[in-house]
Amino acid sequence: MVKNSLVESEASGISLDQYKSIVKNLSFYYGNFNALKNIDMVLHEKQVTALIGPSGCGKSTFLRCFNRMHDLYPGNRYEGDIVLYPDNENILSPYVDPIEVRMRISMVFQKPNPFPKSIYENVAYGLRVRGIKKRAMLDEKVEDALRNAALWGEVKDRLNDLAFNLSGGQQQRLCIARALATDPEILLFDEPTSALDPIATASIEELIADLKNKVTILIVTHNMQQAARVSDYTAYMYLGRLIEFDITDTIFIKPKNKETEDYITGRFG
Amino acid sequence: MNEEKKLEELRVVIARHRRWDLIFLIAGVLALMIALLTFMALFTQMLIDGMPRLSWDFFTSFPSRRPESAGILSAWVGTTLVMLVTAISAVPLGIAAGVYLEEYAPKNLFTELIEINVTNLAGVPSIIYGLLALGLFVYQLGLGQSILAAGLTLALLILPIVIVATREAIRTIPIVIREGSYALGATKWETVADHLLPYSAPGILTGVIIGLARAIGETAPIITIGALTFIAFLPPSPIKNEFPFISFEWLAAPFTVMPIQMFNWVSRPEEEFQSNAAAAGLILVVMTLAMNALAIYLRYRMRKKIKW
Repeated sequence: MVKNSLVESEASGISLDQYKSIVKNLSFYYGNFNALKNIDMVLHEKQVTALIGPSGCGKSTFLRCFNRMHDLYPGNRYEGDIVLYPDNENILSPYVDPIEVRMRISMVFQKPNPFPKSIYENVAYGLRVRGIKKRAMLDEKVEDALRNAALWGEVKDRLNDLAFNLSGGQQQRLCIARALATDPEILLFDEPTSALDPIATASIEELIADLKNKVTILIVTHNMQQAARVSDYTAYMYLGRLIEFDITDTIFIKPKNKETEDYITGRFG
Repeated sequence: MNEEKKLEELRVVIARHRRWDLIFLIAGVLALMIALLTFMALFTQMLIDGMPRLSWDFFTSFPSRRPESAGILSAWVGTTLVMLVTAISAVPLGIAAGVYLEEYAPKNLFTELIEINVTNLAGVPSIIYGLLALGLFVYQLGLGQSILAAGLTLALLILPIVIVATREAIRTIPIVIREGSYALGATKWETVADHLLPYSAPGILTGVIIGLARAIGETAPIITIGALTFIAFLPPSPIKNEFPFISFEWLAAPFTVMPIQMFNWVSRPEEEFQSNAAAAGLILVVMTLAMNALAIYLRYRMRKKIKW
C-alpha cells in the first residue's frame, strides 16, 4: 500500500530526479527486536518530510538510520537500503564509513545539546572535524550558519560566551547552526521542540520553513499540528511499519488508510 | 467529637515518630563527633609536640644524631621527587586505561572480569604492592632501591584509583553530548580528545589528587623496596650547568620519604626525637590537606563552566 501512494505521487507529476533519497525495504533490529519492518519511502529534494506516530512506533529509530547513529551501539543491525541521490550510494552498506555518512547528513536532537564550549566553538566544531583550520574561513562559515539559524543578531557580540548561557530556544537554534555549518545534504530533526516553550517552538518552526530552500529535511514530531504546519510530506508509522506516506495535506484531509485516520483524528494514540 | 479524637490519636502517632527523628539525629551527630574529635585530638597533640621544632632550619637540615640539629631536607625532597614520578607515570596510564574501558572496550565477559579486577585492586593491601615491586622493579628490572622504583610502586598503588575516577567522570557526561559529537562526523578519538576528556577533567583531577594524597602517606611498600631510613645527602640535581642541562641521574638515587623519616624518629629512645617526629607529621598532614584543598578548588573552578 505504501508503494501505491508512492506511485501515485509519481503520477501526480513528480519525477525521479527530485528524490534526495529512496528507502528500500528497510528493516532494523535492536538485537533480536525487530524495530523497523520493511519500510519503503522517499525523501523529496529540498522538501520537509515529517514522521508521525505514537510513542515507540519507530520513528526516531528510522530517523537515526539516516546518519548511522545505530552503529555506535553493539548488536544493532540494518537490512535493506537507504540510497542517496544524485550519487546513488547506499549509505547503509557496510562498505560505507558511517563517519562519511554523518558528514553528509546532520542531525538536531530532541534536547538542545550544545557542548560546554563557547558559542563560536560549538558552531565551528563540525568544520574543525572536517579539517578546516583557517580562521577567516571558520569565521565566515560560523557567521553564515548562525545567520541561517536566525541566531546571529542575538549572539554576534558574545561569540566567546559559553553556550550554556543561552536560553533553551537559543540553544536549540545554536544546535541547528552547528548542524548547518557543514552544508549538509539532509538535515534530521528528532522532535526538536519537545523540550521548548511555545514561543521558542514557533521560532524553530519558522526556521524549518526557511531552511527548506537550502536543505532536504526529515523531522520526527510528536505533535500532529506541527507536522501539518511545517511539512510537505508526512509519513505515519505504527509498530515499526510505515502505514501511509503522502503529501501532508492528503494525509491530514483525506487519509487513505483507516489507521491513519484514527490517529489523525485523535481516536487513537 | 469523633473527629477530634481521631486527630488526637494522629498527633500521638506523629509525636512518637518525631521522637525517632530526634534519636537518630543525636546518634548521627555523636558518630560524627567521635570521628572528628579523635582527629582533632591527635592533630592538637601533634601541634603541641611539634610546633616548637618547626623552623626554617628544620626544612633545610639533613637528619642528624643530635635531635636539635636534625631536619627533614632529604625527606621532603625525596617525597616530592617520588610523587613526581608517581604522578607522571600513573596519570597517563590510568586515564588511558579508564578511557579504553569506558569508550573502546567491547562489553563482554573478558572486559567485565578486567573491570571487576581493577575495582578490587584498589583494595589490595599496600604491602603486597611493595612485595611485587621488590621482585619486579628492584630485582627483575634492576632499578635498585631508587626514586624511580619507589615512584613506580606508588604509581601501581594509585593506578586503580585513577582508572575508577576517570571512568566515573566520563560516565557523568550525558549521552546526548557524545552523540552530538558523533553526529557531526567526529571519530571516536576526536570525541574523546575534544569532548570527553576536557569535560571529565575536573573529576579525573580530583581522583588523581586523592590518589596522590594516599600515596604521599604510604610507608609499607616504600620500606619493602628498601628506602633508607637515614640519609644525609640529596639526589643529584635534575638541572646541570653543561649540555644537555637536564639530568635524570636523580631517578636512580637512593632516597627517603617523610613517613619513613617519621618512623625512624619515633623508634628512637630520646624524647627530643619524638617532637621531631611530631613536627614532620604536622608537615605531612598539612601537605595532604593542601592537596585535598587544591582538588576541591580545581573541581569547583572547572565545574563552573559545565552544566548538565
